[in-house]
Amino acid sequence: MKVGLAHLAVATYVIASAALVFVFSQSVLAFLFFEASLLVIYYASIEQNTKVCLSALVLLVLLPLLGSVNGYFLEIAIQIAIFVILALGLNIVVGFVGLLNLGFVAFYAIGAYLWAIFGSPQANQFLPGNLFPLASGWFFPFLILSVGVGAFTGALLGLPVLRLRGDYLAVVTLGFAEVVRALVNNFDRPINITNGPRGITPIEKPPLFFQPLLEFIGLKAEPAVIYPFYFYFIALLIVMLTVLISRRLEDSRIGRAWKAIREDEIAAAAMGIPVVRMKLLGLAVGASFASAVGVLFAAKQVFINPESFTFMESIGVLAMVILGGMGSIPGAILGATGVTILNLQLLKGLSLWLNSVRQSGIVLSIPLLGNLDLSQIPAQFEPAKYERMVFGLILILMMAFRPQGVLPPRKRGH
Amino acid sequence: MALLELRGVSKRFGGLQALNRVDLTLEDGMIAALIGPNGAGKTTLFHTLTGIYRLDEGEIHFGGRSLVGLKPDKITGAGISRTFQNIRLFARMTVLENVLVGMHCRIRTNLWGTLLQSEGFRHQEIDASRKAMELVDLTGLRGKENEWAHQLSYGEQRRLEIARALAADPKVLLLDEPTAGMNTTEARSLMMLFKDLIGRYVQAMLLIEHNMRVVMGISDRVHVLDYGEKIAEGHPDEVRRDPRVIEAYLGRGTWVGDAQS
Repeated sequence: MKVGLAHLAVATYVIASAALVFVFSQSVLAFLFFEASLLVIYYASIEQNTKVCLSALVLLVLLPLLGSVNGYFLEIAIQIAIFVILALGLNIVVGFVGLLNLGFVAFYAIGAYLWAIFGSPQANQFLPGNLFPLASGWFFPFLILSVGVGAFTGALLGLPVLRLRGDYLAVVTLGFAEVVRALVNNFDRPINITNGPRGITPIEKPPLFFQPLLEFIGLKAEPAVIYPFYFYFIALLIVMLTVLISRRLEDSRIGRAWKAIREDEIAAAAMGIPVVRMKLLGLAVGASFASAVGVLFAAKQVFINPESFTFMESIGVLAMVILGGMGSIPGAILGATGVTILNLQLLKGLSLWLNSVRQSGIVLSIPLLGNLDLSQIPAQFEPAKYERMVFGLILILMMAFRPQGVLPPRKRGH
Repeated sequence: MALLELRGVSKRFGGLQALNRVDLTLEDGMIAALIGPNGAGKTTLFHTLTGIYRLDEGEIHFGGRSLVGLKPDKITGAGISRTFQNIRLFARMTVLENVLVGMHCRIRTNLWGTLLQSEGFRHQEIDASRKAMELVDLTGLRGKENEWAHQLSYGEQRRLEIARALAADPKVLLLDEPTAGMNTTEARSLMMLFKDLIGRYVQAMLLIEHNMRVVMGISDRVHVLDYGEKIAEGHPDEVRRDPRVIEAYLGRGTWVGDAQS
């Protein structure tokens, strides 16, 4: 393999940004630079194999290492992974099949409650025998079960609404999500299944089956230390699986059928595509992604309540897909990452900076305008307080200037 | 035995009798044309035949089996595929992908084969791509296979519709105004293509066409519809002289010029 300038530049960027985070371990900005290294790798003109190796280095080695310096970075990475999986799932429904779903979060909630109810003492409320919580070893079987449950509920929602199109379908899916949330919110009486608005806690975490192995190689660590890394790797694994599944489906008879339905349903049917069956399959696959990641979310949070599954959450995921580029897998990943970073890091980082400016008590004297006392900047200026507004502005600007998204789907070469 | 047989097919939209007891037979190896003034029910007949509309009365037999009540995808699977009068390509898919979509019911891979990328899956994908390229070639779209469908010129889009319909490996090909908007040269090259298709790619063809040069040039049989009823059928030359056909196209009345001369 010839090592060119591009290789050198990319490798330098990756190492330098990681080193930067090591040195400034509290700096949000440094971590942003590091996160951008994946984008640099994606866009660099280097071979596919090198890209995979470099990404693996970033995701499997460097990020966990940085996470050991500052645990918050790991938390952000897990959050990003969760939203990437949700966005990939919705991308199949909205981006490939072209069914506008405004209630995608319902399937996320179904997965989360599936594990929350049985992975906590909650199930004892309506099942006899004091069998619950299930041992943590059940986490992985439930992860697989959730795929089936998600697919089933996704298809179930599809059945009555398949004759609807566009805006009508959107309204029905919105209603479906609200019904799911209302059910979860109110199913604490007469039989207490969901514990209502009080939520469910404590939820079992996945089993530490590898702990003996860690001890064997001389690593002694508290579960509290191990879990963030553990969740990170599980989330990463699910991301990789969903990317793989999405990609394989996209370049197959199934993916082509989905896109044909999106483009022209009547022509698709006339070309021999069983429209109803294909739509149901799309809804099922998308929902199964969301449901699986719901299980992970419940285990990670230890506590869940209906507040986590609001309409805004659905809209947020939809915005990620649209911003990234509908029907594009890299787009969905970028959209989810970008929006999550914006919400978790960028605005909070700016708020922190503004606070420090305020507390510095410096008075600027600007000609003609007089003195500006920085400590007088009202707290309303904190970007974290108008997160939604910034988000909304970005949506408006994107739709006006780049409606196809940041990374629109590429032509499928053969 | 007839390949495709329609008997007494009727279709109503509210008070409008779009098709009134239409009979039509298509023999193996035949190119038939369906003509008639605008609004005569030609496209409605295609929609009914391909399952987009449900017929109200009548029978459709294809290769000895009834097609009544079948969904469009099943009818395509049985061996009837079509093009559309107002082009309905999959705009944000490439030319090759459009053709591959046409092969949907001829590829047999399931979800698991796709996810695991089984041997069978890969073989079928390669096979399908090769066949699709052959059709791209046949319709003169070579070099355009990786363009978005909406980037093609009008004539190319019409030809892509034909390639996509052929991809379903039909026995009967239905063409809805295939030469609409084309100039004489383009229309002629398309006629040559149609003649080539018979026997090699399809067994029979039924086309709706307004261009009389095309109709007279290639069809073995012409069916004339007017107000949903079949008013004439026969060899192109017979039909051309049929007074009812002339009336349907030109209207009733005396030729003033004739009367004076």
